[in-house]
Amino acid sequence: MPEPEAPDADEGATTSEPEPELLHGAPVTRSRGQRVAHPTREQLVDVVRALRDEGWLMCLDVAGVDYLTYAAPRHLPEGVEPERFEVVVTLISHTDRARVRLRVQVPETDPVVPTLFEVHPGTEAMEREVFDMYGIRFQGHPDLSRILMPEDWHGHPLRKDDDVGRIPVQFKAAPSSR
Amino acid sequence: MTTANATDAIARTSEGAQEMHARAVDGGVEVLREMGSVLRLSEAEAAALGADRGEETEAETTIINMGPQHPSTHGVLRLMLELDGETVLRTKPIIGYLHTGMEKTGEELTYLQGPTNVTRMDYAAPLFNELVFCLATEKLLDVEIPERATWIRMFLCEINRISSHLLFMATNGMDLGAVSMMLYGWREREETLRLLQMITGLRMNHNFIRPGGVAADLPDGWREATLRVLDALPDRLHEYDVLLTNQPIWRERLQGVGEITTEEAIALGATGPILRSTGYSWDLRREMPYLHYDEVEFDVIVGSYGDCFDRYAIRLNEIRESMRIVHQILDRMPRGDYRVQDKKVTPPPRARIDESMEALIHHFKIFTEGFKVPEGEVYVAVESPRGELGCYLVSDGSSKPYRMHIRGPSFVNLQTLPHMMRGGLIADAVAVISSVDPIMGEVDR
Repeated sequence: MPEPEAPDADEGATTSEPEPELLHGAPVTRSRGQRVAHPTREQLVDVVRALRDEGWLMCLDVAGVDYLTYAAPRHLPEGVEPERFEVVVTLISHTDRARVRLRVQVPETDPVVPTLFEVHPGTEAMEREVFDMYGIRFQGHPDLSRILMPEDWHGHPLRKDDDVGRIPVQFKAAPSSR
Repeated sequence: MTTANATDAIARTSEGAQEMHARAVDGGVEVLREMGSVLRLSEAEAAALGADRGEETEAETTIINMGPQHPSTHGVLRLMLELDGETVLRTKPIIGYLHTGMEKTGEELTYLQGPTNVTRMDYAAPLFNELVFCLATEKLLDVEIPERATWIRMFLCEINRISSHLLFMATNGMDLGAVSMMLYGWREREETLRLLQMITGLRMNHNFIRPGGVAADLPDGWREATLRVLDALPDRLHEYDVLLTNQPIWRERLQGVGEITTEEAIALGATGPILRSTGYSWDLRREMPYLHYDEVEFDVIVGSYGDCFDRYAIRLNEIRESMRIVHQILDRMPRGDYRVQDKKVTPPPRARIDESMEALIHHFKIFTEGFKVPEGEVYVAVESPRGELGCYLVSDGSSKPYRMHIRGPSFVNLQTLPHMMRGGLIADAVAVISSVDPIMGEVDR
């Protein structure tokens, strides 16, 4: 199977030395050959804007992850403090034919991230989805309301401590149709 | 929301309401939000634009709801439109009516059960969902899948792309009043679905592409059945050209409607036929090849005006390109295994279970507990008929994904609707929705 991110994988082979690689001040790691940067919340907008000006024109995806019950190592570079939530931003450069992923740590006590709306207006719906599912607020977002859940819903369903709930199902000895 | 209780509940959860308000209530800020950021206007310019339009229309604007039960919104999409007479001023898509928490469900299913879940997202192109989920899983597992499995995957996906675009042809025709086109589109799509049924056993929601390969080998006679479909299609596509492409009414209805520029499409994250209709040649199969797309010949179809007609023409011609690819796959389909021979990932053949204790144990382990996937996180994307379909997987080393996120192209592409509809007629709104080709199962997941 060919690598979906062939250019990325090539770079991965060359950066085996221990010297930390930085992307506009954010430490960079590799995950299965894919480039991952770890900016702080404060750095995020500046990093994304700088990347956009370099040709990372499109923001493909904004996703949230709740690491509440995650036991395995999270492969964070030194100096990046693991927090409960993570906002994962995926950018693409059409000229380099490469993607880069930004993993931003978001603490449970203050789940606020500055919005990327000013840089990439296409993140509007994606940020609303992350807010809806995880309760992470995007500061400066023009319309931060629930997008998938009903607007009077309580709680944030993709959080690991949000109980999925159960509907009691009663099996009756119904007469067989056959 | 009208009742006091509901309003209270919204206030208590401290989240905004989802509905759109009239321009008089929201003011110029809304215009800045909808237009300024995309067109990169300065704040002053956008404010002027907002104030200008606001004064003009304050008295007569009407807000109407289109959907969620409107037949031309393709399922349960609800649009709130602010109208000035027949002109659409603003649009807000309100989604979530089909939200079934599939990403949450995905965390409860093993990697082997995963395709059953994701295949129900984009129900018009289910095989692509399975493909992207499996590619992500395999990247985490770091397994190499056999040649034949890769070619089978490509083959099925291209057949699926044809059926998905035929579905678009049908619904697009229906939305614009070309009802016979609807019947023709369904008829041809049924042919391709019958082919998929012969191979996978199901018309839709196949659950055929699995981590490690595909569920079964191609059945006897698949080549002849495929050729029958491929031989019949060109004439039918020619019929579409006669019926629609060269027909003045059809052109009048679509040309110049719902225009979008490359800059706007990129700013809004639009991919697939919407981005290509602006003349921007970006197809993941060509630009960042996966499977064996770098070994087959095909053209990336681009438009030039970014209007509804271009998006129609692109999809029509992508059917032809997919047929070209399928012909090449027929010539090149190698022999060999259809799934990886790794006992930890692939269930043993049924016959082995009766004679080998070890096979029985592996079978039992895989279907009860599932196979363990090394910890890590990956993002993998494929070109679905609607654009970049991505899968972000986080594994904690167990047999279930810790987080499974699907980047649905329909979900992101839907954001272009307000832009394409602005200033158009309400009758054209139907054409625009149709040309975005949203699949609500994928939008709401």
